[in-house]
Amino acid sequence: MTETTTRTASDSGTEVTLPVHSDLLRLATAGSVDDGKSTLVGRLLHDTKSVLADQLDAVHRASADRGLATPDLSLLVDGLRAEREQGITIDVAYRYFATPKRTFVLADTPGHVQYTRNTVTGASTAQLAVLLVDARKGVIEQTRRHAAVLALLGVPQLVLAVNKIDMVGFDEAVYTRIAAEFTEHARALGYRDDTVVTIPVSALLGDNVVERSANTPWYSGPSLLEHLESVPVAPDPHDAPFRMPVQYVIRPRTAEYPDYRGYAGQVAAGVVAEGDEVVVLPAGLRTRVSKVDSPDGARPRAAAGHSVTLLLADDVDISRGDLIAAADAPPRVTDELDATVCWLAEKPLNPGAKVLVKHGTRTVQAIVTELAARFDEQQLSSVDSPDSLQLNEIGRVRLRTAEPLPIDDYAASRRTGSFLVIDPADGTTLAAGLIGVPLAPLAAASE
Amino acid sequence: MTTVELPIDRTDVPPQVDNLDALESEAIHIFREVAGEFDRPVILFSGGKDSTVLVHLARKAFWPAPVPFPLLHVDTGHNFPEVLAFRDELVERHDLRLVVASVQDYIDDGRLQERADGTRNPLQTTPLLDGISENRFDAVFGGGRRDEERARAKERIFSLRNAFGQWDPRRQRPELWNLYNGKHRPGEHVRVFPLSNWTELDIWRYIQREKIELPEIYYSHRREVFLRDGMWLTSGPWGGPRDGEVAATKTVRYRTVGDGSCTGAVESEAYTVDDVIAEVAASRLTERGATRADDRISEAAMEDRKREGYF
Repeated sequence: MTETTTRTASDSGTEVTLPVHSDLLRLATAGSVDDGKSTLVGRLLHDTKSVLADQLDAVHRASADRGLATPDLSLLVDGLRAEREQGITIDVAYRYFATPKRTFVLADTPGHVQYTRNTVTGASTAQLAVLLVDARKGVIEQTRRHAAVLALLGVPQLVLAVNKIDMVGFDEAVYTRIAAEFTEHARALGYRDDTVVTIPVSALLGDNVVERSANTPWYSGPSLLEHLESVPVAPDPHDAPFRMPVQYVIRPRTAEYPDYRGYAGQVAAGVVAEGDEVVVLPAGLRTRVSKVDSPDGARPRAAAGHSVTLLLADDVDISRGDLIAAADAPPRVTDELDATVCWLAEKPLNPGAKVLVKHGTRTVQAIVTELAARFDEQQLSSVDSPDSLQLNEIGRVRLRTAEPLPIDDYAASRRTGSFLVIDPADGTTLAAGLIGVPLAPLAAASE
Repeated sequence: MTTVELPIDRTDVPPQVDNLDALESEAIHIFREVAGEFDRPVILFSGGKDSTVLVHLARKAFWPAPVPFPLLHVDTGHNFPEVLAFRDELVERHDLRLVVASVQDYIDDGRLQERADGTRNPLQTTPLLDGISENRFDAVFGGGRRDEERARAKERIFSLRNAFGQWDPRRQRPELWNLYNGKHRPGEHVRVFPLSNWTELDIWRYIQREKIELPEIYYSHRREVFLRDGMWLTSGPWGGPRDGEVAATKTVRYRTVGDGSCTGAVESEAYTVDDVIAEVAASRLTERGATRADDRISEAAMEDRKREGYF
């Protein structure tokens, strides 16, 4: 689906290929500290010629200042002072690069255990994750933890990059053992084999990152970039029932538009068209869509991802926080949430905690009525009724909300099945919330 | 996974929205979230291409209603006259409200001192933060993009600033799905970056598609410039050419618009948007590397300024 066009730059006479309708892949990296994620990302940017001369000069200068013989490509991405001083990644960085085949948005996430919340940040919007392991260490606890988080958040495609393959003499046996162990773990998490790819790479030297390497004649698969360019990306599902949280009521009250009253929002799932019957939740009022408006004028329909303004046939009372949904397939409306949470705060979660829940465009008060289980993502087992959930732990909770919410299961809809847990005292984001138990083995473990 | 049969035909819906449509839709979503959750938002406006695109997106987000918040311009006193004229015309044409925080006022009454190197870019932070607190702005939109610079690549779309306007990269909130957390305490504010996921090329392709007008200095023109530290600076009240610096008339354009003392021109024959797109795609230099002296101060110049409250 890619079209390209060739232009001639006026200053240099160079032929440039511009992606015109290139499609987009959102990906995240994950892996333990020192596995070489930043080096891999730096290598990917460098070898796809996505690094411009002044950035490269800066890396050469900084590497020389540190007394290094070869440029340290991790300095391309580790942008914070503390990161460069310590040689680690502290926070998620977003990178943009393009090839003639695809445009990429890459969330480069830190590996430190204390920063797992940033892996969750990167994974919540990713369509693919590249997990790194060090070939000398193989699959470790952090690899299994990250894979479980990625599976829980529903990242559809996994790549295991077995990095530093040069450090084990490009040994096929080492790679095969690690690949088999990881594939088995991914399978246990519910990944089908065709959604998991393993690749032996050397981020430092560039083997199998962009170009296939002559040092791994026993490996017949794609390079990392070839895989990223060709992996199928599932578009937002249009066959899901329509959902749109109301963000803002647009009422111009101008001479030109004295009676205009539009409900602005981004379509979260499905498709909406003029004439569709809809229900406004939580109140349950039914009406019809009289017009689908966009800043470029009325359009016959809008699909998931579009920001639009809906005009409705009846004069009903709607405000920010309401959800407009397909009348024939509405979400359930409840004040009891059964959910899985990734706890992202230093302060632990205890039963009875009073929190805020942000779901769609509605923020409501809630109380944690029950801590049902804590998952062990290493053993894919669970502990019933734990006393608390600590930083980076995943558990099953029950919440009672002050007002009913229109919800779907996370497994059916990432957008209307997710929520934030917020500290009412200082506004901190405490947890990522997922309605239901989206991960089959964890659901089974907590039955 | 539940599947539900739907009565109407869905086959004519394109399977994936175009990249620019997706970026536009995301930016509009962000504008509406802020308008829904904050009491007093403001758009930080420099007259440059990114903030002009920002204003265009804000108008789209609330159409046919007017943009429900004002613009804030931090005027360094060293602006390009073409940019000030463009700003005033834009505000007039779209019936926007403009608040100006003036660096010159701070220098005139002694609250700020002119620097030895003549650049006023670092001096913007104080009037910016004062402007935010005096007007009690609680959400401040900026045109920052993550592709601009390594420290910007770390920025969240909603970025909490403490009562001193400071950014603490170690304590950023996780940002999950497209659920933005705008909670803040009195005195704190949130910087919001709707263009986070845009690249320089996306901005130009969008300007082309939407036929957005820009200050004329973005396109090639003849101008008297002089060479300092490898950059072509315009002669002007910010000092220069100094002794030993030779002025010459060249065909140039600007890739970024900022304080005149530290924003360099590039030699270019790009007279139209199409020319600019071809030039940007072929360029071997980033826009900041090519034209911003302030980023050359140290490896972490941007991070250091952001920590102090700069954008």
